Amino acid sequence: MSQNNGHTTTSLRLKTGLAEMLKGGVIMDVTDARQAEIAEKAGAVAVMALERVPAQIRAEGGVARMASPKKIREIMATVSIPVMAKCRIGHFAEAQILQELGVDYIDESEVLTPADEAHHVDKHAFTVPFVCGARNLGEALRRIAEGACMIRTKGEAGTGDVVHAVKHIRQIVQEMKILTVLSEQELYAKAKEHQAPYELVKMVARDGKLPVPNFSAGGIATPADASLVMQLGAEAVFVGSGIFMGKRTSCTQCEEKHSYDQNCAFAPPAEAERRARAIVKAATHFNDPKVLLEVSEDLAGAMKGLAVSALDEAHMLQTRGW
Amino acid sequence: MKIGVLALQGDFDAHRRRLEELGAEVVLVKKPEQLDGIAGLVIPGGESSTFLKLLGEDGVAKLKDFVHAKPTFGTCAGAILLATEVENPKQAGLGALDITVRRNAYGRQADSSIREGQFLNDPIEMVFIRAPRIERVGKDVEVVATEGRDPVMVRKGKTLAATFHPELSDDPRIHRYFLDLVSNGKRG
Repeated sequence: MSQNNGHTTTSLRLKTGLAEMLKGGVIMDVTDARQAEIAEKAGAVAVMALERVPAQIRAEGGVARMASPKKIREIMATVSIPVMAKCRIGHFAEAQILQELGVDYIDESEVLTPADEAHHVDKHAFTVPFVCGARNLGEALRRIAEGACMIRTKGEAGTGDVVHAVKHIRQIVQEMKILTVLSEQELYAKAKEHQAPYELVKMVARDGKLPVPNFSAGGIATPADASLVMQLGAEAVFVGSGIFMGKRTSCTQCEEKHSYDQNCAFAPPAEAERRARAIVKAATHFNDPKVLLEVSEDLAGAMKGLAVSALDEAHMLQTRGW
Repeated sequence: MKIGVLALQGDFDAHRRRLEELGAEVVLVKKPEQLDGIAGLVIPGGESSTFLKLLGEDGVAKLKDFVHAKPTFGTCAGAILLATEVENPKQAGLGALDITVRRNAYGRQADSSIREGQFLNDPIEMVFIRAPRIERVGKDVEVVATEGRDPVMVRKGKTLAATFHPELSDDPRIHRYFLDLVSNGKRG
């Protein structure tokens, strides 16, 4: 935003333009071409290519990095909808690789292990658009200042517990509302409080909303969850582990050939597809309880999940990012 | 004048804002029965494959009846929906305009661009995002806008399709053109 030449303005419009096209839709985490196909068939507006979904990362531990380009390429070749991929916070080299690969959006994500403890990627330096997570307005505006073209709530990824996605969207929406009634003088103080650029704070005060699309993510597992965050002001949803994870949270034997028995962490493909379809419908008809009931009734269950309130601070993904 | 904007998914809100600025009363259409009370319909940008899933068989049938009978303007994904033939991959169309459209014909997001084209022989800004290309124009279909050599906006009667996004530019000319089609019947 600091640059104001014609080129930057132009590419910002193109970058947020793609996010505009995703509004009202569901972006689904997938780990391979087979899952990507299921997501597209169910009506996803985009897929997020990952090595492991957040619930797996949580269960298995270790360093979580950008997905392998080969896998992302397979997914890109399989579906006709946009393909996003995650890079580690601050890992601009991973971002460069993803841009070179031609992904449609990069998520600089707290779900992966951060690569820099102080700096995020300078997203203005890229032609590919970026989405970033935020827990509050200040964090959202800092990311936008760095060039993010879409904000999503962080929530608490991989838990299937929607509580922090709700907390974060409520926080951001409330902080924006407050700005709209303040005087110029008060906005300077708010900019300091939010640790965000004054120009962006002023923009939010004027418009009552972020200058980029505002989506929700982190623990959304059911059609009702999707409806909840959208009724609270999210413009689209990311669903990660909620579609493909089963009733268990971890599994040691699920490489390629799942048996879909009680010991498997994944949901059977037919069930995953039903869930995916249901959440897609819920995102469109988020304020129509009749449709929500109908789509919820078709479901056998949801991922087992993990209550966020039982998590140690050290196991929280949302505290990553600065 | 009540204009519907198909609001299943996509940038329907950008269309709503533009149409309201031009004085239209806008109905966001999420259910087939909402098509009954409107004079014209805009099908926005978004993912055409998602639109089809969300419409379901009944929704597609009802929308098909509407677009064959009433003024309709499709942008990007909306243009794809209005075509008789869709490639890359092959996909069902509503068949309101005899054109062949190739999805994502220019490439991925990296190939999205803002270019200057010609609309009724006047220059106009065009925002292309993962845009489709009109590869064949049937004989009853008139080209109303071009970019380079490509037809980018076509019309047959009161049915209009653009592969770019006039709702993402500040220029209101194209929406006004559509509203004129809806209110006057024939133009020009």
